[in-house]
Amino acid sequence: MAADAEKGQKIVINPTTRTVGASQIEARVEGGRVIHARCGATVFRGFELILRDRDPRDAAYITQRICGICPTAHAVAASFAVEDLAGVRPPHNGNLLRNLIFAGDMLQNHIRHFYLFAVPDYVRLPELRPLVPPPTTDYRLPRAKNERLVDSYFQAVDVSRKAYEINALLGGKAPHPHGIIPGGSSVPVTAITVLNLLSIVKSIQKFIEERMLPDVHTLAEHYPDYFEIGVRGADFLSFGLFPLDPETSEDYFPGAAVIDGRMEAVDLGEITEHLRYSHFDGEEAAHPARGETRPDPDKPGGYSWCKAPRYRGRALEGGPLAQLWARGDYRRGVSVMDRLIARSLISREVAVLMRKWLTALIPGEPVFNRYRVPESGAGVGLTGAMRGGVGHWLEVEGGRIKHYQIITPTAWNFSPHDDQGGLGPVEEALIGTPVADAEKPVEIARVLHSFDPCMSCVAHVIVLDEKEKGGQSPIFQGR
Amino acid sequence: MRDTGVPGTGEALGGLRAGDIRAPEPSAAASERPGKHPLVWLETNTCHGDILSALNGRHPDFGAVLRELLDIYWTNTLMGAKGHQAVAVLEKVVVERAGEYILVVEGTVPTAAGGRYAYVGLRGNGEPWTAWDAVVELAAAARHVVAVGSCAAWGLPFGAHPNPTGSKPVSAVVDRPVINVPGCPAHPDWILGTLAHLVWYGVPELDALNRPVVFYGETIHNLCQRRHYFESGIFAEEVGEPWCLYKIGCKGPVTYADCPSRQWCGEHLNWPVGANTPCIGCTSPEFLERTAPFFEHLPDVRLPGVRVGADRIGVGAGLAAALGIGLHLAGKLLTGRLQKEWGKSLGKAGKTFRLKRK
Ligand code: SF4
Repeated sequence: MAADAEKGQKIVINPTTRTVGASQIEARVEGGRVIHARCGATVFRGFELILRDRDPRDAAYITQRICGICPTAHAVAASFAVEDLAGVRPPHNGNLLRNLIFAGDMLQNHIRHFYLFAVPDYVRLPELRPLVPPPTTDYRLPRAKNERLVDSYFQAVDVSRKAYEINALLGGKAPHPHGIIPGGSSVPVTAITVLNLLSIVKSIQKFIEERMLPDVHTLAEHYPDYFEIGVRGADFLSFGLFPLDPETSEDYFPGAAVIDGRMEAVDLGEITEHLRYSHFDGEEAAHPARGETRPDPDKPGGYSWCKAPRYRGRALEGGPLAQLWARGDYRRGVSVMDRLIARSLISREVAVLMRKWLTALIPGEPVFNRYRVPESGAGVGLTGAMRGGVGHWLEVEGGRIKHYQIITPTAWNFSPHDDQGGLGPVEEALIGTPVADAEKPVEIARVLHSFDPCMSCVAHVIVLDEKEKGGQSPIFQGR
Repeated sequence: MRDTGVPGTGEALGGLRAGDIRAPEPSAAASERPGKHPLVWLETNTCHGDILSALNGRHPDFGAVLRELLDIYWTNTLMGAKGHQAVAVLEKVVVERAGEYILVVEGTVPTAAGGRYAYVGLRGNGEPWTAWDAVVELAAAARHVVAVGSCAAWGLPFGAHPNPTGSKPVSAVVDRPVINVPGCPAHPDWILGTLAHLVWYGVPELDALNRPVVFYGETIHNLCQRRHYFESGIFAEEVGEPWCLYKIGCKGPVTYADCPSRQWCGEHLNWPVGANTPCIGCTSPEFLERTAPFFEHLPDVRLPGVRVGADRIGVGAGLAAALGIGLHLAGKLLTGRLQKEWGKSLGKAGKTFRLKRK
């Protein structure tokens, strides 16, 4: 495999565009197929360090700022971590309201991802900047179907805004809503809120059923080769998603590690993060709770601001396909098209669930449970974000955050090579991808976009050494 | 409504209120080049929340914006092209539409490690193009530079202490005036309203921190529906309660934005205090660094020779003093004057001027 890194024609895509955040793909192509790939995140932030010495209650709001397209996933994980620390759970209504805000965000993400990020690789869009210049000439849809997809593209902007109205109604604004807090939620349940939300959810569900599912079907029909492209083994990770009830630890989408198609319960102790090909100083792989990381933009061999998380040494994939696989709802295969199909199916499932939760809300019942932040202790918060499992590890001392560590889903999916030279999931999926035109390698983009990677999420995963803590708040630096 | 010469703008304007467009002054942009206005939306070190927020605009929606108002050459989030085809667009616009395009920057500008903490892509010559270089180069040839979101406007929250990436606001790295449209994220109307004003009428009326007065001219507190509870001393003890949230951390008294009257998302539905949670001051230059802890109430304001107790804010007189100091201080911090004057005492974030922590 390592030898392949030097063979064939080198193709570099930077920026990849239509991802949240900046990234680069470098592929080696021989005989018209990708034989080797390296994917790197090209931004870095340092969020965990910013969290140090702050009030743990603020973590749900601060960590949202990691990502503009899945903020609520971080708010949920941070709230779980603080609740774990404080020994509190939200009341019945609070749990449902948080699920609803998170689910609303999930719907806008999946709809936006499919139409705004993935569809332009398959559908001829109008001659409007920034949609032109187009990424390819490989457009296969007959005129009428193409028109319909174009129409859906613009409708999707409106529908994902509607999904965000759920965040505004229950959380005050969007993105970065306020309504997900440790202890529960903040908006009391009333009949009119339930009525408003039911109406919004129904209209989104209608769009998913009448547009998104048929549109995915259209792509599958005209691009059937994409069931054979972006293929990798059934190696998945899901941390679980949407607690059924605050008192039990059962999730609607259960957590599982899937290795070679075999399911097992997730053992967090099996996670290590590798650094060898990341822009970080150091060689030792370590558990996230112990990992030390120092940025080194010049590290020899380093090509990503993403570490390489591995589960028992394996690169596991997260996202809707993993979430459905772990629940036993989808088992057809693992490819570009399977990922797109799974994203549309889970969207419908989430909309159906939201209607259930809405009818389970009880006006007048509490939405929030009081708690006190203990002086010291630790907590873990795990949930399933739009792209896979997200985990927050929190440690508190003197009532302040002492240590905070986050593993994001994109760190798994978009991870670089590990210490043994094993590839990350996107890299693996790229192997064998046909490339018709090295000038416009749209096939590579289609594989990448099927994962919905988010560099904003991945790029903060870092704890700095004391000596690296240069600089101060920019407003103090003047010009 | 004056005729803009832009077909269909009447309809597109449906969602903007009359008051959004202020102080109309004839601008070269509108009269010389009717039609769509060239724009570059450059994402630097950002969560992309602001471009997603802009997509939440309702009247006009995104499709109408593209068809009728803006000719968006570049946005990493939405553009069709990728790799060198994409970068070629950027390299061309800076030459071919020099002096015409509006540059929107979303995100902080990392300056540590020579700017290598954020790239926009590989240049035509194969060299990596740092966000820092791209902002400087594109700003130099732009008609207007707009910093959208609190990251671009204030360098925060990613530049919060200890600022590992050496993040700076756009105004600190370019040598020209920058219009600030802060917020985390910025409201769709603040973004689209500012851009529409620039396209049709030129630079809107700005405050001392270069924010459009029409959106940021008042404090949250002055527009808040719960102000009467504040005046009557009826305070919430916990999130979720419908009273004034001052005592559980509301930063409305020192935050300039029209959230209470405009409300959020395309349908103008709600805002954080409406959701029974304190305002966290996300539009403020002090966001995160000094508006956190979010659930602790406003600080004792301590400056050399001045002391205003937060507990006195409730009785009125102290409030004006605190607000005046807050604004004045922020303005000076941004221009760097204060650091020169009181550099040592304000040296480290959170040291001298900090929130009261229990
Ligand atoms: S302190 Fe906050 S909640 Fe109270 S009146 Fe002012 S802005 Fe409104």
